[in-house]
Amino acid sequence: MSSSTGQSQRKYTVLPFGPQHPVLPEPIQLRFTCDEEKVIDVGVNIGYVHRGIERACELNDYRRNVYLCERVCGICNFMHALCYCRAVEEILDLKVPDRARYLRVIWAELNRLESHLLWLGLFADAMGFESLFMQFWRERELVMDMQEKTGGNRVIISTCVVGGVRRDIKGTLADEMEQSMIKLREKVKKLEPVILKDPSFKARAVGKGYLSKDLAIKLGAVGPTARGSGVEKDVRMTGYEAYGELGFEPVVEKDGDCYARALVRFYEVLQSIDLILKALKVLKSMPDGPIKVKPERWPEGEAIARVEQPRGELFYYVKGNGTPYLERVKIRTPTLANIPPLLAMLPGCEIADIPVIVMSIDPCIACTERIEYVRRG
Amino acid sequence: MPQMLPAIVKNLFSKPFTVKHPYVRRVPFPEHRGFITFDMTKCDFCRDCERFCPPAAIKVDPDAKVITYEPFRCIYCHLCVENCLQRAIKADYNYTAPSYVKEVKYYKPEQQ
Repeated sequence: MSSSTGQSQRKYTVLPFGPQHPVLPEPIQLRFTCDEEKVIDVGVNIGYVHRGIERACELNDYRRNVYLCERVCGICNFMHALCYCRAVEEILDLKVPDRARYLRVIWAELNRLESHLLWLGLFADAMGFESLFMQFWRERELVMDMQEKTGGNRVIISTCVVGGVRRDIKGTLADEMEQSMIKLREKVKKLEPVILKDPSFKARAVGKGYLSKDLAIKLGAVGPTARGSGVEKDVRMTGYEAYGELGFEPVVEKDGDCYARALVRFYEVLQSIDLILKALKVLKSMPDGPIKVKPERWPEGEAIARVEQPRGELFYYVKGNGTPYLERVKIRTPTLANIPPLLAMLPGCEIADIPVIVMSIDPCIACTERIEYVRRG
Repeated sequence: MPQMLPAIVKNLFSKPFTVKHPYVRRVPFPEHRGFITFDMTKCDFCRDCERFCPPAAIKVDPDAKVITYEPFRCIYCHLCVENCLQRAIKADYNYTAPSYVKEVKYYKPEQQ
């Protein structure tokens, strides 16, 4: 497919990228209009993996929905459960016990570690740096093991429930987790020179996919994409759960390119480890107490909840009508907010840089697919 | 690449981090939520497990005295194990093996 440009009569090529592409773990189609090797325009097409989870949430008991919401995204499953539970707890006026608030922070940060280490590996893989990919994924196993030991499963840990959490971290398990996190910090610190100094890593990432601060604010970028462009935007700054007491400050880089976004994620890994260690310290000094409160009525009314996911801001809207079944659950995942900034980053880049720039927003497509239009006629 | 060289040389002489999966089985941690079995001598057919099961993998028929359990529908959340008042559901930390057929398990009191 090609079109002429009028005066110069030069022909542009339209290059389809996806829905199936080696660099994409999930299906999204980007259509690039290219002038030889240079991208001029880009269009997007999503809707390949719509699963109808929002509708399924209306057919389930509101307590069972936690397990369904966890399956919106595998990699940040705890965040989805947490966000849903926070919305329902706001409707029910439930006050979560202190111990549960700290436990929620620990699991949320474990999810962030898991996601960021996976992304750092995949980012290295997208630029052809296979040995760094292997190193990051090997260190990630420590996090997966801790999730299995504390939550009961490697990936979907199912520990968050409406009113608190299901499992406790105490005694030897807390000590073991502390040791594991200190070990992880040492291992990740060893990879810091590669990110900071390696010429091949920098050559593929510095200056690629530039997004200015003004454009990031205008297009509503969230998460590390916004923080990489110098926007101090993080839902954890609102101090939900125990973040306010742990003293949280966002990681911000000003360059706005792929390298800045990689640095934000890398430093967030170290920050998450610190947050987990701080939370564990508080948990150890805290007396044993309840970790769950029981809801006493059916949800009636509506509420929203926001949580900072590894990719950005996650948003849940929940409406109940006084029965066990909810009337509406609306989910907005961060990748949906990050697609317009991605489309602004891509024009002007070379074809060889496309995988790196697309990976730099950490696309999670299956989470994004909340709506599908069917054209009739 | 120069920053990665020490790690690459070290990896050449160190033992592999991975295991040869089908031949060497990775044993899960004791805290892992694995497969469940029903102890029919303790079960009183109260249907609590059926009510709590998020994917509706357990069906209890109190009249026919049969529990139908679909392991391939189960999400291994262990809500049934935690909420069984009779402690009739036993939890194991091992995971189920893959299979070609989506089998369904039936539990009856006389099976014991």
